[in-house]
Amino acid sequence: MAHAASNSQEVPARKRSFHKSLGDSRTLVNTGLTVLAVALSLVAMFPLFSVLYMLLVKGAALLSPSLFSELTPGAGMEGGGIGNAVVGTLVVVAVATAMALPLGFMGAVYLAEYGGESKLSVVVRFCGKVLTGLPSILAGVFAYAIVVVTTGSFSAFAGGAAMAILMVPTVMLTSESALRSVPSKMKMAAFGMGATRAQVVLKIVIPTAIPGILTGVMLALARAMGETAPLLFTALFSDYWFEGELLKPIASLSVLIYNFAGSPFEHQVALAWAASLVLVTIVLVLNVIAQVATRRPEEH
Amino acid sequence: MADKAMKQAPAGHDLTEAFRSPVSRPPSAWQKGFDVAFKHIAHAFGVGVVLLLADIVFEVMRRAAPAMRAYGLRFLTTSTWDANRADFGVLAEIVGTLYTSILALGIGGFLGITVALVLSQGFVPRRMELVMKNVIELLAAIPSVVYGLWGIFVLVPAVRGPAGWLNEHFAAIPFFSTRLSGPGILPASLVLSIMILPTVTAVSREAMAAVPKRLAAAAYGLGATRWEVIFTVTLPTAVGGIFGALVLGFGRALGETMALAMLVGNANVFGLSLFSPGNTLAALLANHFPEAGKVEVGALMYATVVLMLITLTVNALGSFLMLRTTRELKGLG
Repeated sequence: MAHAASNSQEVPARKRSFHKSLGDSRTLVNTGLTVLAVALSLVAMFPLFSVLYMLLVKGAALLSPSLFSELTPGAGMEGGGIGNAVVGTLVVVAVATAMALPLGFMGAVYLAEYGGESKLSVVVRFCGKVLTGLPSILAGVFAYAIVVVTTGSFSAFAGGAAMAILMVPTVMLTSESALRSVPSKMKMAAFGMGATRAQVVLKIVIPTAIPGILTGVMLALARAMGETAPLLFTALFSDYWFEGELLKPIASLSVLIYNFAGSPFEHQVALAWAASLVLVTIVLVLNVIAQVATRRPEEH
Repeated sequence: MADKAMKQAPAGHDLTEAFRSPVSRPPSAWQKGFDVAFKHIAHAFGVGVVLLLADIVFEVMRRAAPAMRAYGLRFLTTSTWDANRADFGVLAEIVGTLYTSILALGIGGFLGITVALVLSQGFVPRRMELVMKNVIELLAAIPSVVYGLWGIFVLVPAVRGPAGWLNEHFAAIPFFSTRLSGPGILPASLVLSIMILPTVTAVSREAMAAVPKRLAAAAYGLGATRWEVIFTVTLPTAVGGIFGALVLGFGRALGETMALAMLVGNANVFGLSLFSPGNTLAALLANHFPEAGKVEVGALMYATVVLMLITLTVNALGSFLMLRTTRELKGLG
């Protein structure tokens, strides 16, 4: 009874609480925190815009056809371009892709189609995750130990090997989720027609999952493109064009940026900005392709 | 199904014949053999990924073994790096790695969680959320060497003023006890915090989005304001995932190389001052490996082992935490 009485006395107060007053301390705290959070989010995004702005201001100044057709200039020299570095980056990434794709992709097929929840698949997935977090410089040290020391020289091949290690987990984990997202009805239908598991995987699952797999590959490529640490002491650098020899040192955009960023010569610093603009453009384009590839038709 | 097959099958054929049509038939011996082979190939590649990681650990350990025997634990407690006298120690680098990463985690972690909240709790319209999410993801796409370049030419000049002022007026506080001459701990940590922010945001946003909507709805129903819901329901429920996000971000910061090699100053000293140059394990490797002789390579391999142990432990811990949280949240749904 006492309970009911006290309740009836509180009715006016409760009624009032349904109205939001701007002067109420709870509302004030709420609004204040909201403003703060949104402001901090804008602060967090500021560096991206600053980086892009600087790239456009400083990097675009040198953009010209000769930038892509000429070799890197020596210390104190004017002119020249970043042609050898652009070609070098593409060569190293191609080598890396050739090594990383089979391993990452087939690893994903294993995880999605054969592993199930077995102990081995848990271990494989865990190793994939650990590889994702592997510092890129460790990949460089590994490639140095097994390729550079063995062959006796810095080389495009060693750089590709180091980069491949960084691509494998991205390719594997994104491909796995793409393969898993194929509707089981489609697989069941194929099994019902008497297809073997290999046929189901090759003719149904993989073709259906191609967009998702493509996304994974693009993201891996974008990440690999910008990597510098694994190339520093595997691919090293070269002031000359790539002439088909994978066992020689090779230039790359990222190492060029690193080398020229600390240069006392203004022209080399300017080339570092131009190379950054080219590199970031390639990376962003790859990212956009990755996003477009997975956009499902029903989302339009 | 059976009816259809009967209708399609020409007169006189029984059901078994219909199933033996080119459209559906049992696999041939060759197809069965290929199926088994393909299964084994897929298995082999799965194992290959495990072997790759194992080989990385093994190779680095093997090459580091002579140096580990030669220098022992002294390597971890001294901080000289003299290739001519073959005297090596990485104490300054270990401290520098942890110091810059903790600073980056403080700044980037706080900002990252805030952004994750803004992106997951309906603060901004859905369209805007998507745009902001993409912008944050693009932050992760910028190569670290470009951040290094940006740091040298934009960030360092920008923080030099405030840093000088702090040093002039608060030199008594150990954090501000030296002048910022150029590269140093602070610019390095700031760039590092930008680089880990996308990781922290993405992972903690996922954890927040996984909190069942009805938990928040119940709190709203009791009259809680949005931030009361966030502090009493969303954050406590998602705390495991957020912690995992921080650990993963920390792991990234520990292993980040280029931005640090360009911004930290590469000085074998350590102190509390935010403005003094320092060094990290990854930056040490980047700077010394290209020109290292045989003896120095051994020491660098030892440093690699130290870095590997630190990052692998932190990353394994992060992955484990994530796994556990996902399981816990499944029970709540």
